[in-house]
Amino acid sequence: MDNWSFQSPLVRLQQRAFLLAEIRRFFAQREVLEVQTPVISSAANCDRHIEVFSTSAIHPERDKAFLRTSPEFFHKRLLASGSGDIYEIAPVFRREENTSLHNPEFTLLEWYRLDFDMEQLMAEVQALFHMLAGHFNLVVKDTRSISYQDLFVQHADFDPFHISDEELQTYCNTHGYQGALLSRSEALDFIFGVIIQPKLAEVDGLMVYHFPVEQAALAQVNPDLPKSCLRFEFLFRGIELANGYQELQDAELQRQRFEDDVSWRNSHQKDTHPLDNHLLSALKSGLPACSGVAVGIDRLLMCLVGAEDIKNVLGFHALNS
Amino acid sequence: MSGTYTTSQFKNGLKIMLDGDPCSIVENQEVKPGKGQAFNRVKVRNLKTGRVIERTFKSGEKVDAADVMETEMQFLYSDSDFYHFMDTESFEQFQASKEAVGDQHIWLKEQDMCMITLWDNVPILVTPPNFVELTITETDPGVRGDTSGGGSKPATLETGAVVNVPLFVPQGEVIKVDTRSGEYVNRVKT
Repeated sequence: MDNWSFQSPLVRLQQRAFLLAEIRRFFAQREVLEVQTPVISSAANCDRHIEVFSTSAIHPERDKAFLRTSPEFFHKRLLASGSGDIYEIAPVFRREENTSLHNPEFTLLEWYRLDFDMEQLMAEVQALFHMLAGHFNLVVKDTRSISYQDLFVQHADFDPFHISDEELQTYCNTHGYQGALLSRSEALDFIFGVIIQPKLAEVDGLMVYHFPVEQAALAQVNPDLPKSCLRFEFLFRGIELANGYQELQDAELQRQRFEDDVSWRNSHQKDTHPLDNHLLSALKSGLPACSGVAVGIDRLLMCLVGAEDIKNVLGFHALNS
Repeated sequence: MSGTYTTSQFKNGLKIMLDGDPCSIVENQEVKPGKGQAFNRVKVRNLKTGRVIERTFKSGEKVDAADVMETEMQFLYSDSDFYHFMDTESFEQFQASKEAVGDQHIWLKEQDMCMITLWDNVPILVTPPNFVELTITETDPGVRGDTSGGGSKPATLETGAVVNVPLFVPQGEVIKVDTRSGEYVNRVKT
């Protein structure tokens, strides 16, 4: 049978439309501007663990162009240009992501708030989530907040910022890890994703903040605990729904992190792409103090309607597109 | 050598080497954070012991493939050391150790077709047919109306297996047995 038809209940279309309408209402009330930024760019994300789709060049002097993996770089160029608070409901693309929680094409809700620190933005993510849960008649407990450090102490019985490399590796091996030695950051990812997240399946909203500084990406270092950074994730029943930062404004430090990522990718035989110099120039000219977050809309909809698989909210899944 | 697989090739039924034993993947889950290293969390069945264990690999890692094949073969005979089987298409003969046959030896009847799991061309697992027909070599005569044993009695079969049969089934009868549960199914009219 050729599966040409929409593969989800058609009511999902109405639910998605309703969800997007409520999100737009939320931001209109708060006077955050909706923007649209390019899907194709001559520069690409260089994140160690995100794979970029490439396509024919736009610019005559370039070999290729790239589908965005997030609208973040354009948003920061907007913020540095004086846009004020902005949000976008952004289709994004990531290769090799195809599981019950991933589709290579998905939708991010990304927004930035000037003069918000991490706590203020975490509060706004909660406000949005609980407003939406109410509209979808989903009964949820109040969201709890816990630091990355306390989460590990509570669920893995060790302090992620003080355990020795050796003890960390032993912990992974005794918990089923098989293979070559893990870096510190990889070991923590293993414990977070494989050991801790499944234990959170009964916990409704959970804000986890102060991730390890090695995983800062575009977040500021935490001045009170420099082994950590001002990055948070919002989990619902153990599923990652959002990732946010109090944004790094230091152009030189950002360039250094990007270059470290590129050389890591080179040494791991992963393809590398041109850095986004426009972004770095924008940071140099001055990014206003702000915090930003990205929410996976498809997963959010999954959680709101109780779907087990992302295919059940997409209808046209990538393998059927 | 039979090469390697990367984690992106993982799927149910794939045969890989783990701790020196051939294993079959029974469940594969990708754990992929938005930022950060991805992992494949798999459940595998050890084909020698039947035990299911859980392991996690870094996504993108290579794992040794296990050269494992399942073939239907005819059971020929057993001697003091081995159970002998034959591939009825190639007429090639294989000998399975007592360890490979394990508890299943009580269902092996000469000329029956069994599923043999070969690792590097050596039998490591013998799976008898789901149903076998065997002759009762010894059982007490049943007494009608005696329900003290729940309406059944033990019967020893030609292979040495002991199964519970209804009271009315006499010695010398051929019965059908489910080898997965070890339970009597019915009498076979000969």
